[in-house]
Amino acid sequence: MSPVSGHVFHPGHHELHGVTVVLETNGPRTYVGRFDSQDQRGVLLHDVGVHDASGGAPSREEFLRRSAKFGIRAEHKDLLVPGDQVVRITRFSDAAGEE
Amino acid sequence: MPYNPALVAPMREEMTKMGASELTTIADVDAVLGDQRGTTLVFVNSVCGCAAGNARPALRLALEHPVKPQQIVTVFAGQDLEATLRARQYFAEYQPSSPSMALVRDGEVVHFVHRHQIEGKSPQTVAANLVAAFDRYCGAAV
Repeated sequence: MSPVSGHVFHPGHHELHGVTVVLETNGPRTYVGRFDSQDQRGVLLHDVGVHDASGGAPSREEFLRRSAKFGIRAEHKDLLVPGDQVVRITRFSDAAGEE
Repeated sequence: MPYNPALVAPMREEMTKMGASELTTIADVDAVLGDQRGTTLVFVNSVCGCAAGNARPALRLALEHPVKPQQIVTVFAGQDLEATLRARQYFAEYQPSSPSMALVRDGEVVHFVHRHQIEGKSPQTVAANLVAAFDRYCGAAV
């Protein structure tokens, strides 16, 4: 059963529902997007930005820093990340070091 | 597709009650931001209760501060589509999210509050963010 919070607008949803998160995978990709739900298929995110460490892009830290300052450049409106790829999910505000 | 107007009416009213002017057309937006002078706060409203449910009370709290923008305006994401798109063109450096807030001074965005800085935060915390920006950019000595 998903954890729930009495503080979210949609009762019964996961406590991260509607919250922008950083999802780290066991591969080179890190996703930043708005958490929708999690089930046996994986984690559903919306308005998702992607950092691919294999693509010669700026570092993940720089990607997160820029995303925190200028917002998340969404490459996917909706994205389901398979559960077996998910290593860690962190609130973006925590990952970005914001108050 | 825009939301049912009846659904969003209370969210609009919450903004206008705190003194915000609604911008519902491209012409409305251009009239305010096209040759903007002084300080203007643009509030991108949203039906999302997770974040907007905190953002509107946060702005109301922040506006109790003696130092504040000269003008408060609002567009409604997902409702007034063209006006919202136009407003975002004036702060195109920032990725769109809603709710969000842009503090504009003499045509330049000097402070931006993204959705991710609102969600999960109390209205008091978000208001403190705004008040700090008001003190920095809206005071007489700027």
